[in-house]
Amino acid sequence: MRVGIIGVGMTAFRPSTPEYNWKELMFEAASRAYADAEINPREDVDSFLTCAEDYYEGFGIFDEFVPDQLGAALRPTCTVSGDGLQGLANAYMQIQTGLIDVAVVEAHSKASDIVTLDGVIEHALDPIWNKPLGAHPFVVAGLEADAYLRVTRTSPKALAMVVAKNHGNALKNPLAAYGAAVEVEDAMRSPERFAPLRALDISNPADGCVVLVLASERAAKKLHSNPVWIRGVGWASDSPSLETRDWSDAAYARIAAEMAYRLAKVRRPATEIDVAEIDDRFSYKELQHLESLGLAKKGDAGKRVMRGDYGAEGRLPVNVSGGSLGCGNVFEATGLHRAAEVALQLRGDAGVRQLDRVRTGVAQSWRFIPSATGAVAVLGVGG
Amino acid sequence: MTARISRWPGVELSAADLNERKVTQTRFRPDAKYAWSAGEAMSRFLAELQNGRLIARSCRRCERILFPPRMFCEECFRPTDEWIFIQDTGTIETFSVSYLDTDAKRIAEPILVGVVSLDGASPKMGMMHFFGEMTKDEIRIGMRVKAEWRPPRERQGSVLDIRYFRPLRKGEQ
Repeated sequence: MRVGIIGVGMTAFRPSTPEYNWKELMFEAASRAYADAEINPREDVDSFLTCAEDYYEGFGIFDEFVPDQLGAALRPTCTVSGDGLQGLANAYMQIQTGLIDVAVVEAHSKASDIVTLDGVIEHALDPIWNKPLGAHPFVVAGLEADAYLRVTRTSPKALAMVVAKNHGNALKNPLAAYGAAVEVEDAMRSPERFAPLRALDISNPADGCVVLVLASERAAKKLHSNPVWIRGVGWASDSPSLETRDWSDAAYARIAAEMAYRLAKVRRPATEIDVAEIDDRFSYKELQHLESLGLAKKGDAGKRVMRGDYGAEGRLPVNVSGGSLGCGNVFEATGLHRAAEVALQLRGDAGVRQLDRVRTGVAQSWRFIPSATGAVAVLGVGG
Repeated sequence: MTARISRWPGVELSAADLNERKVTQTRFRPDAKYAWSAGEAMSRFLAELQNGRLIARSCRRCERILFPPRMFCEECFRPTDEWIFIQDTGTIETFSVSYLDTDAKRIAEPILVGVVSLDGASPKMGMMHFFGEMTKDEIRIGMRVKAEWRPPRERQGSVLDIRYFRPLRKGEQ
């Protein structure tokens, strides 16, 4: 049975949203998604899933506070403690069981509510091995960026190209928080942070909420919708130990992609994928992930971004949304935002950033520092 | 069964052993601070507490007065419509007599806590709070109560601007 996305709802992404609490943010995104799907959540939805990490929220059992603003009061609701794409995969499986027809997936960020964001991220480090060192948690990204650049012989200029491209793409995305005309030189000269990473290589936090409505093919027909099909999903986690990682290769993304491609019957991703939304919360991650997903040969992604292959007019448009560098780091909502963007592109609803002739797209996410966990979804239209 | 065991095998650890670092340990104090935006509904609610008033939102479709106020109706899944003040009197729906404090220590005078459904809000809508000016033997479900407010200078825009709910006095209803 096929499962499709029949509704997309997003708030704007903003550095902070003091006028709203997170529930009101969620109500806005949910209202937009249900209007898009033309459904009534109180009658038409069988299951609700939210994706959140209590430690980002700042209170326990976050999911207890979810039902009201999602239309889920007294309905089946559960939480995936992970990225939005992991929630999407779970909703996809729920529908595949045949027990339910319509599911809603929600993910959000209210990062501006976190006063000590670095401290909260640091708390994810291993308490015995790594935390006693007291290093800033983003050092982990510096270590990986260094290994990636060295092993793949990628020029630091390629990272600056990613930064310039994604901030520029965000200028065409009215939802993006950090659209800007950034020159490659600006990125290369921004202050050093976690060498080889500079200030502009690191995405800045943003608030926002994303809600998607999923339906079985049967329900989609009944609701007269025009679905974007979820052709495949996959997810994987590497060993959490920083000391035993490969560092240059994002193995979690490679394995997640293999799983999603197998389900989607994608055999040659490099030629079959028309549009990609890739986790770029640190600039090098976009290049590393492109290689892990088989969209570039190992060591080629840097050269190709410098050739313009990944621009909106390039051979494989990557992060036309602006990515996390351009839209902001929305934490557990990152992957769901990317799936939403791919769905809009495939539907032809991406506004001024709409691409021509895109029928198959991939969305990929990583669960941020210090994780080695990722998820992939392959979406498609027609057929 | 365990009642018959007077001495457990092994070495018992005391807090002092830990403090004196006789035990291998790793200590870390998380730096986790949050400042939640209260949002549209709660901000107004907290501001009105400072004025000594309780405010709710109405939903025109299900004809309910929603308290605490919210910008969306969870029954109808639509935006709520208007601000409405409700009364600070109500009825005890449920209560408990707590003999332990938050540190699980026994307290001499038990704390009375419960939920009050408030007059003017829809049925079963109100707030959880302390009860005062009554004993554990006097409190009962269905009892009529009224908010005992802190003096205006002491109010901070918190649910603790109400000290507790107390029984109605003569002439109050």
